[in-house]
Amino acid sequence: MTMKTVFKRTDGLTDKPTHYCPGCTHGVIHRLVGEVLEEMDILEDTIGVASVGCSVLSYEYFNCDMTQAAHGRAPAVATGVKRVLPNRFVFTYQGDGDLASIGISEVIHAAARGEKITVIFVNNAIYGMTGGQMAPTTLIGQKTATTPFGRDVAIQGSPIKVCEMIATLDGAAYIERVSTHDVPHIQKAKKAIKKAFETQKKGLGFSMIEILSTCPTNWGLDPVESLDWVKDNMVPVYPLGVYKNSEEVKK
Amino acid sequence: MGKVLMKGNEVIAEAAVHAGCKYFFGYPITPQSELVAYMARRLPEVGGLFLQAESEIAAINMVYGAAGTGVRVMTSSSSPGFSLKQEGISYLVGSELPAVICNIVRGGPGLGNIQPAQSDYYQVTKGGGHGDYNIPVLAPASLQEIVELTQAAFDIADRYRTPVIIMGDGMLGQMMEPVDFGERTEIEQFNKEWATTGTRGDGGPKIITSLELDAESLEKRNQNLQKKFALIRENEVRYETYQTDDADYIMVAFGTVARITMNAINRARHEGIKVGLIRPISLWPFPDKPFIETRDRVKAYISVEMSAGQMIEDVRLAVNGRAPVDFYGRTGGVVPTQEEIYEKIKSVAGGVTI
Ligand SMILES: Cc1ncc(C[n+]2csc(CCOP(=O)(O)OP(=O)(O)O)c2C)c(N)n1
Ligand code: SF4
Repeated sequence: MTMKTVFKRTDGLTDKPTHYCPGCTHGVIHRLVGEVLEEMDILEDTIGVASVGCSVLSYEYFNCDMTQAAHGRAPAVATGVKRVLPNRFVFTYQGDGDLASIGISEVIHAAARGEKITVIFVNNAIYGMTGGQMAPTTLIGQKTATTPFGRDVAIQGSPIKVCEMIATLDGAAYIERVSTHDVPHIQKAKKAIKKAFETQKKGLGFSMIEILSTCPTNWGLDPVESLDWVKDNMVPVYPLGVYKNSEEVKK
Repeated sequence: MGKVLMKGNEVIAEAAVHAGCKYFFGYPITPQSELVAYMARRLPEVGGLFLQAESEIAAINMVYGAAGTGVRVMTSSSSPGFSLKQEGISYLVGSELPAVICNIVRGGPGLGNIQPAQSDYYQVTKGGGHGDYNIPVLAPASLQEIVELTQAAFDIADRYRTPVIIMGDGMLGQMMEPVDFGERTEIEQFNKEWATTGTRGDGGPKIITSLELDAESLEKRNQNLQKKFALIRENEVRYETYQTDDADYIMVAFGTVARITMNAINRARHEGIKVGLIRPISLWPFPDKPFIETRDRVKAYISVEMSAGQMIEDVRLAVNGRAPVDFYGRTGGVVPTQEEIYEKIKSVAGGVTI
């Protein structure tokens, strides 16, 4: 009997088992990025920049050259890499605490300069690694270790909508927000990631895909409830869609 | 090329270009801004790239990214900006990446002023960022010496895979002197197989990181770093002595202060006081040898600094209690005068040591 392979591990990832919690969509997102790099046949021409957060070890999972950046600084590190190697693909993989808090300046300026890099921005509305503290993306009313009574606008302000903000910058070429709460959305997320790397390939400018993601461990929900929580609570605050597409603008 | 009259900050920049530096990421701050501006004009001429970052933090992290690709890369700043670079410097050390960082020191703490100072001595020589580390620090005293030391800085960086600091006070950055860049010498080539440039044609993925979650593994990494620091201590000590052979008193000073001190020494010698100078050129590794050679016969050492007394700790360690160590310093950006230093020599030689 001959067996047909219908599903295999992507070459875009190493065979190292990831450390992510059950039900965490960091792993799904890794797989999507890996598949895109493999399908575009650019793995050998890619340098990834890992950030700080639960994905800090992503340099061990992506099957390409990787460098690890300080908390929030990945877009600056990626700038340094890309400016020396303009013909390579450079991406960062950052959580919302990393990108929207300590590293907000670095990402805004990389976008403003039109750095030809791709930012994979994983928004799970919380700090995962450090134990579930408030992130700039934490929803109003959401309870976290540092907002035990729920995020209160009067005290902690409102969530930062990164796509909306970055899309206002001229250097931003492709900005889209996607989600991982079900299979159709995961497929859409993959298309968006591909689009971002194609934008980089064409040299159009900065590209960023914000991906709504789960953190069952720190939300205190099981994996299935977490997916529903993304759909019911995060999507209304962080509307999905394309926020900037320079190609369309050009036409 | 012959001699050209240039400003210190520009000499550092041009010397870096001579040393093969093609990438510079910077952020303006007085009194080093000319260095940034010079690079903006000069690097495109040699096919390189200058980028003004949004902050010192971003600049040093761009350096980190560029260094990871194996090129010669530099950034520069002055004290408040240098403080911001410490995060990135610690990461450069942890990831073993070569880069050159210039600190043209001004008065502090805080915003301080824009006058020359040496009060970042602790910060540059004692680690500065988090973790156990030291990085080589070179302190030129003249614009001509900058040429040689900038070249050396890039070579040391590549040889040991370490960031290297060039430290000057604001006066060195702002003064003008004739300099000769000499003939263009062959730039030494270093093996950079570790660089992340994409894996095409060279085997599996490479990783640049300073993360090591397992305590024993991180300790091993630290032990390897310590071995490297020991090697640097062995090979990269630089200093100059002046009239120390018969000296009863030895001044210790670096950078432009050493030049002022030298004039004070000449005057004291004229009056029969046997005084000499040890001028550390590498602030780390600190030159212990000239102290070990003299400490059992010298009556006193006098550390002269543009700070409240920071290098004096290294002097004391080198002297190891075998002789008194005295101090003269000015702070806040005040440059000690030759007269003041001469008076200090006289008071110490007269037996009024503290
Ligand atoms: C300078 C600095 N400050 C704080 C930390 C601690 N820290 C590590 S991860 C993290 C938050 C990460 O959250 P996020 O980016 O949302 O990623 P997640 O873990 O949720 O995937 C923080 C604050 C650090 N490593 N460095
Ligand atoms: S703590 Fe949260 S973000 Fe981190 S791996 Fe676990 S589920 Fe994922």
